[in-house]
Amino acid sequence: MIRTNQTPDGQPKIGVYICHCGMNIAGQVGVEEVTAFASSLPNVVVARHYKFMCSDPGQELIQADIAERGVNRVVVASCSPLLHEATFRQACAAAGLNPFCFQMANIREQVSWVTADKDHATSKAKALVAAAARRVALHQPLERRRVAVRRETLVVGAGIAGIEAALRIADSGKKVYLVERDSSIGGHMAKFDKTFPTLDCAACILTPKMVRVARHPNVELVTLAEVDEVSGYVGNFTVKLRRRARYVTGACTGCGQCEEVCPCVQPNQFEMGRSQRKAIYRNFPQAVPNWFVIDYGACSGCRLCEDVCEAGAIDHEQEDEVEEIQVGTIVLATGFKTFDPRILPQYGYGRYENVYTSLEVERMVNASGPTGGQVLLADGSEPKSVAIIHCVGSRDKKTNPWCSKVCCMYSLKLAHLVKQRTGAEVYNFYIDMRTPGKGYEEFYDRLLEEGVQFVRGRVADITDWPMTEAEEGKLVVRAEDSLIGVTRRIPVDMVILSVGLEPQLDAHQMRKKFNISCSSEGWFLERHPKLAPVATFTDGVWIAGACQGPKDIPETVAQAGAAASEAIALMDKGHVEIEPNTVEIDEEKCSGCKTCLGMCPYHAISRDDQKGVAVVNQAMCKGCGTCAAACPSGAIRQHLFTDEEIYQEIEGVLSYV
Amino acid sequence: MSFLYYPGCALKSSSKGYEESLLAVLGQLNFPIQELPDWSCCGATTYMGIDEKKAFALAARNLALAEQFGAGETVHLVAPCAACYLVLLKTQKYMAEYESIGRTISAALNAVGLKYEGRVRVRHALDVIIHDIGLGEVRAAVRRPLEGMKVACYYGCQVARPFAEFDDQHRPRSMDDLLRACGAETVDWPAKVTCCGAMLTGTIEQVGQRRSYMILHEAKRRGVDVVATACPLCQFNLECFQGPMSRRYGDEVKVPVGYFTQVMGMALGLDDRRIGLDRLFIPLWRPVAMV
Amino acid sequence: MAGLEIQRKVKYQEELDLEFPRQVAAMPGAADLNRCIQCGTCSATCPVSVYMDPTPRRLVAMTRAGFKEEVLQSSTIWLCASCYSCTVECPKGIKITDIMYALKRRAIEEGVYPRWLPIPVLAREFFRKVRQTGRSNEGQIATAMILKTNPLKLLRQIPLGLKLLWKGRMSLLTERMSGDREQLQDLLDYVDRQNHQAAPGTEA
Repeated sequence: MIRTNQTPDGQPKIGVYICHCGMNIAGQVGVEEVTAFASSLPNVVVARHYKFMCSDPGQELIQADIAERGVNRVVVASCSPLLHEATFRQACAAAGLNPFCFQMANIREQVSWVTADKDHATSKAKALVAAAARRVALHQPLERRRVAVRRETLVVGAGIAGIEAALRIADSGKKVYLVERDSSIGGHMAKFDKTFPTLDCAACILTPKMVRVARHPNVELVTLAEVDEVSGYVGNFTVKLRRRARYVTGACTGCGQCEEVCPCVQPNQFEMGRSQRKAIYRNFPQAVPNWFVIDYGACSGCRLCEDVCEAGAIDHEQEDEVEEIQVGTIVLATGFKTFDPRILPQYGYGRYENVYTSLEVERMVNASGPTGGQVLLADGSEPKSVAIIHCVGSRDKKTNPWCSKVCCMYSLKLAHLVKQRTGAEVYNFYIDMRTPGKGYEEFYDRLLEEGVQFVRGRVADITDWPMTEAEEGKLVVRAEDSLIGVTRRIPVDMVILSVGLEPQLDAHQMRKKFNISCSSEGWFLERHPKLAPVATFTDGVWIAGACQGPKDIPETVAQAGAAASEAIALMDKGHVEIEPNTVEIDEEKCSGCKTCLGMCPYHAISRDDQKGVAVVNQAMCKGCGTCAAACPSGAIRQHLFTDEEIYQEIEGVLSYV
Repeated sequence: MSFLYYPGCALKSSSKGYEESLLAVLGQLNFPIQELPDWSCCGATTYMGIDEKKAFALAARNLALAEQFGAGETVHLVAPCAACYLVLLKTQKYMAEYESIGRTISAALNAVGLKYEGRVRVRHALDVIIHDIGLGEVRAAVRRPLEGMKVACYYGCQVARPFAEFDDQHRPRSMDDLLRACGAETVDWPAKVTCCGAMLTGTIEQVGQRRSYMILHEAKRRGVDVVATACPLCQFNLECFQGPMSRRYGDEVKVPVGYFTQVMGMALGLDDRRIGLDRLFIPLWRPVAMV
Repeated sequence: MAGLEIQRKVKYQEELDLEFPRQVAAMPGAADLNRCIQCGTCSATCPVSVYMDPTPRRLVAMTRAGFKEEVLQSSTIWLCASCYSCTVECPKGIKITDIMYALKRRAIEEGVYPRWLPIPVLAREFFRKVRQTGRSNEGQIATAMILKTNPLKLLRQIPLGLKLLWKGRMSLLTERMSGDREQLQDLLDYVDRQNHQAAPGTEA
């Protein structure tokens, strides 16, 4: 940074520049009148107006005045600071003026666009210019601080989003800690048989990635682990990881002898309880890592597994461990959960044995699932008719109001697979068919050609109360065929509930741990819905995949890539610049009352117990000013927003009015 | 805590047996309750169809009268009739929810020297017996357990939805729990909260009777000894048209239909006439095993 | 081709009443009308929709589009049995039962219900009885209704009436409330005056 003219001495010399913004401002505000008014203000040595202040010639006007007229404070009256504050600060800096000796007055969004009367608009513009000129006289030169960024990343969640992000970052040469709560990685995608709309095999495309991430020299894969606590700030996070005891060490060869001798049987959670597993188990034969794990709650402690394990990998004495790691960046890819249809008793899930969730059927059609890829009813026979019910736990005020986005497409996929495997008549009950995506509508066309039936109507209920002979012993699906305008009762052997996507149950705890925001439902909030879709309001923390909202695999992978590249870019840059609008504590005045500690939304303030005063971490402070306003002793001073600056600004507005 | 009894018009005429059995059962369980003096019609479902605000005004009058008994405390107003129960609840809810209704009705009440401040809890008799008396008390009072009696509990619409909060809207179980506590066997059947046809049985009879017939047919298919109801209109529709229905659909349906309080009364060992069993068209006999 | 009726079906915009949906939506409980996504849950859960033409879902669509005549003359609104299934099940929280009531009242106001229909007569008899005595009397109201709509049917109902009398479930005497009937009448009249102050269709 060039630092000539950095510390203005003596009187402030203010330059005021009024922008026309084409006709945006000049059409409504008398720019010449405002310029003349500005020239009359105290300390103003030059006032000009120009068509586009943000253009190169506009900036050069300012720079020339700094160089030639010794202007040491600059006011630009134009658009919102959100748009061009950075532009003008840079222009000042390039001319050798400290960029914080600058103030912007917004006479477009706050004046010309919203004020009907021209005279009134001109007066308002004058008041804002007067306010800016009075406050800028008090501005002091400030320095941006630099903080180094560590070159390690924490990726939370090892579904397809987490795996993808981890691989990208690891490939760029940075260390990645990939943390997964379950005993193996792959998330929901590892449960699927096929993926829409191409019907390529999920395992064929996922397994190579799982294997690669597990073997990557730059990736430390931590399964059965969760994040306990996060502290620090962008570039320098300290993370406490809790590794739960696996009771099986890395020596495990995955031979499976232990599983054979284990006498304890449990419902298999990986199969949504639709099959059994032993107390020593792995999620599926191709699981990564392929080591077994002991479910200690189910273990009888007989130690038969220990006896048969030739690798000596069983360790019943293992305990949970807490480990502390240091990372510079964090990517959250914690995924989603599916809706529990027990909340809707009218669909009979849990009461009628042949009512399944879509996830259960995903496992059923999977060759490594509980039925070896066959679609079977509870009695082991093949269904002759199957109903697939869309929007279960979606688009419903009483459950989840949102559209879960992927259900139409996965329902089509399941319809195809069920028809292909069983030859059954398949009925899709839908409200609106939503197939936006490359090749998605074409997939719908294919299903229509295959003779899958579509009924446009939301299902009211599923009952075993027969009204006709053909309905005896069947599940009867009741819906209005709304394209025909008639209520239909369709008896089927099997019902598949296309359950919607929901935030994880612990989304709110995660939000607090990582100090990010989420919607009231629990979807993590991006910094901007269009222009910053993977950034969060906390610097150094990104989100990817369905933890942000329902999305399919291609979108998830794209987001993971985006989050990874933003994290890589920051780590490659090696430092972050911190805006100087932070607070400073006057230790003389601070009484150590701790009021500010609880107020700070960024956990940037702590208390130095020895000195008995509050201490601000400049890297974490976002300059929101909450503490400064709350401090009962007036000990907190916020740069760029000192009491005097604010009072002068108010005076400026009022003195004109 | 005071409990007031709001009979509603039906319990004084076509459903006399409901009133008799309810009061007898509450008496046997030593549960003090007093009839709301000077009560008037609740407005019922019919009234909503011609003048909603008058319907609300009628119901609100009864709420205002009941509130006077609380001396500032909450009063429980027990409505055994499903329609009264719904209308009273709806009136309370809509007076609070819709400013225009609340304003008009309060003004109307004021004009005749009444006021309602929202201190009445409207309760169905089933709710009170389950939650204020309790299954334990009932079990202890059973003299002649209903062993061998197979009951289809029929809740109908308006006891279960949309305002009731004491049971599940789709699969209620309070009456089943209650009658099982009396020693009966209850069937888990799909017709529990399906509509009996309501007043359509009187107005567009082919529609109304079809609804009742479906329910009775299912009860018959399940081989029940009695269909237990919690609503005067349900009981009337299900019981009084079994002859015409059998002829209309060419399928003999003959199933006793009583009030849940009558079935309870049998278990508590109350005399048949005290619980209005003599008023039923299709006699409800105790199964041989019980006698 | 006997019985094949060729009909020209088109609705011109000027035949619609575009105020109608706004008036309906202004009634208490009917405001959510515009949230309907036409999923048909109401029709599917309705115990009597199999008799309705149009189905409740279509009725909502027609109301929203301003098909006032067709809506008020439909059988749908009179077949609603007030079971509240649609209201409970609607995924958008629309109080369809209340909308049915609102439409019934509007049809009575405009006198456009089918002549054979006993329901408006029943409602009026009911209202008369309650105003007089403070109580409804099912037997008397039903008799009056049948007399006014289908006197022949009365003959068929005689056995039921006698049976009810014999079982003590119907009284020829008029049940009356014990207290001040004038207070009740004043109350109803007060609401009446309020209703008249509001123009038809704008009750809100």
